[in-house]
Amino acid sequence: MNKTLSNILRFVILILIQVLIFNHISLWGYLTPYPYLYFILLLPRDISKTSLLLAGFFTGLTVDIFQNTLGMQAAAATLVAFARPYILKSYFRTMDFAKDEIPGINKLKFGGFFKYTFTLVFIHSFTVYVLETLSLNNFLNLLKYTSVNALITTMFIIIFELFAAKKTKR
Amino acid sequence: MQNLLAFLAKYKNIFLFLILETIALIMVSFSYSYHGSLAFNSVNDITGGIFKTFAEVEDYFSLKRENEILLKENAALHDSLKSSFLITDTNYVYVDTLYRYVPAHVVYITTNNPSNYFIIDKGKKHGIKKEMGVISPTGIAGIVIGVSNHYSLVMPLIHPNFTGSARIKKNNMLISVQWDTTDYRFGKITDIPSYVDLYKGDTIVTTGFSLIFPENLNVGTVEKYYPSPDKEFATGIIRFSTDYKSLKNVYVIDNLMKAEVKKLMEEKNE
Repeated sequence: MNKTLSNILRFVILILIQVLIFNHISLWGYLTPYPYLYFILLLPRDISKTSLLLAGFFTGLTVDIFQNTLGMQAAAATLVAFARPYILKSYFRTMDFAKDEIPGINKLKFGGFFKYTFTLVFIHSFTVYVLETLSLNNFLNLLKYTSVNALITTMFIIIFELFAAKKTKR
Repeated sequence: MQNLLAFLAKYKNIFLFLILETIALIMVSFSYSYHGSLAFNSVNDITGGIFKTFAEVEDYFSLKRENEILLKENAALHDSLKSSFLITDTNYVYVDTLYRYVPAHVVYITTNNPSNYFIIDKGKKHGIKKEMGVISPTGIAGIVIGVSNHYSLVMPLIHPNFTGSARIKKNNMLISVQWDTTDYRFGKITDIPSYVDLYKGDTIVTTGFSLIFPENLNVGTVEKYYPSPDKEFATGIIRFSTDYKSLKNVYVIDNLMKAEVKKLMEEKNE
């Protein structure tokens, strides 16, 4: 399938899954997974930083428009997009990527993909939580909340990725 | 100049990042106040339409429960009909219409965020305006803060910017109500004079001062009461009458006398 088309399709499907299903979920009363980040994670490795930042901002903003939290997800997703090249570079320094190759589970292997996903999702959870509560008080609680939330989001993203990778045999 | 351009080109992504973050944070800053959220929000017909399609499917699963709630409300309304009372004093019947009720369905709601909101399927075309009250069959639910042609965005009681005064039903004492931002079921009541005795189950109702809600609508029932140790104001926890997790049918309240009262207040200020 055409790369651009498949990215657009992935964007639409993930946004719908996020706003119609995951925004209703609250595990133990306060955890909401944000698997829409999968879209940003799965953009090609060699995408320009500029496009990546814009993609992050507008993906976040779309979720914001549905949630009526204007700016919050946009801020967090832009930060994720900004951090992504540095994370990929520092974790997978020795790995060679082909043109347009996607940093998916087939390329990074399970451990690598988990590490990559968790780090970025954690940055997102942390930002959202701080913007929501506007305080760094009770730092231990904040760390606990954000790591559990990031772990659950990571789990959903890995489930999506396992399905997607199996189907396309990238 | 050359150097400046080279500098900008070299760090263009950092600049882009900073610009995007600034835009996002400016938008976020609007959400921290009641007037900010009134002026700046994202209700529109596209997202409303998507939520409505989804809500229509979801509705089938709760039909039976909804019917029961509406039946109960109908019974209560019958009880309050003029024909249900033996009228001995002919002076007290108010002949003018004070409130108009617009029925609406909730198409989307959040309950677990530090600030929540919901969307209903009535908008400008149905005469909905900002700052109208929204009630559920069991009590007050929220205030309209945004309207599009067919949808409206409502700030529920479970939003940190929602604070208001209310009354203790049994002795008409004025108190303040606020959400405690953790659990969608409970709210905080403050400013209770220390000589008032409150018990679990006491009802808290609206005052009718705000011109948004009629008076004597249920806000919640007292769950816990903390008498003040230093003879100052006591506080307590209430359970909201409206169960936001199962909120489906609501009414938007149009106060037909609002413009008149506002005009009167302005005249007084002049």
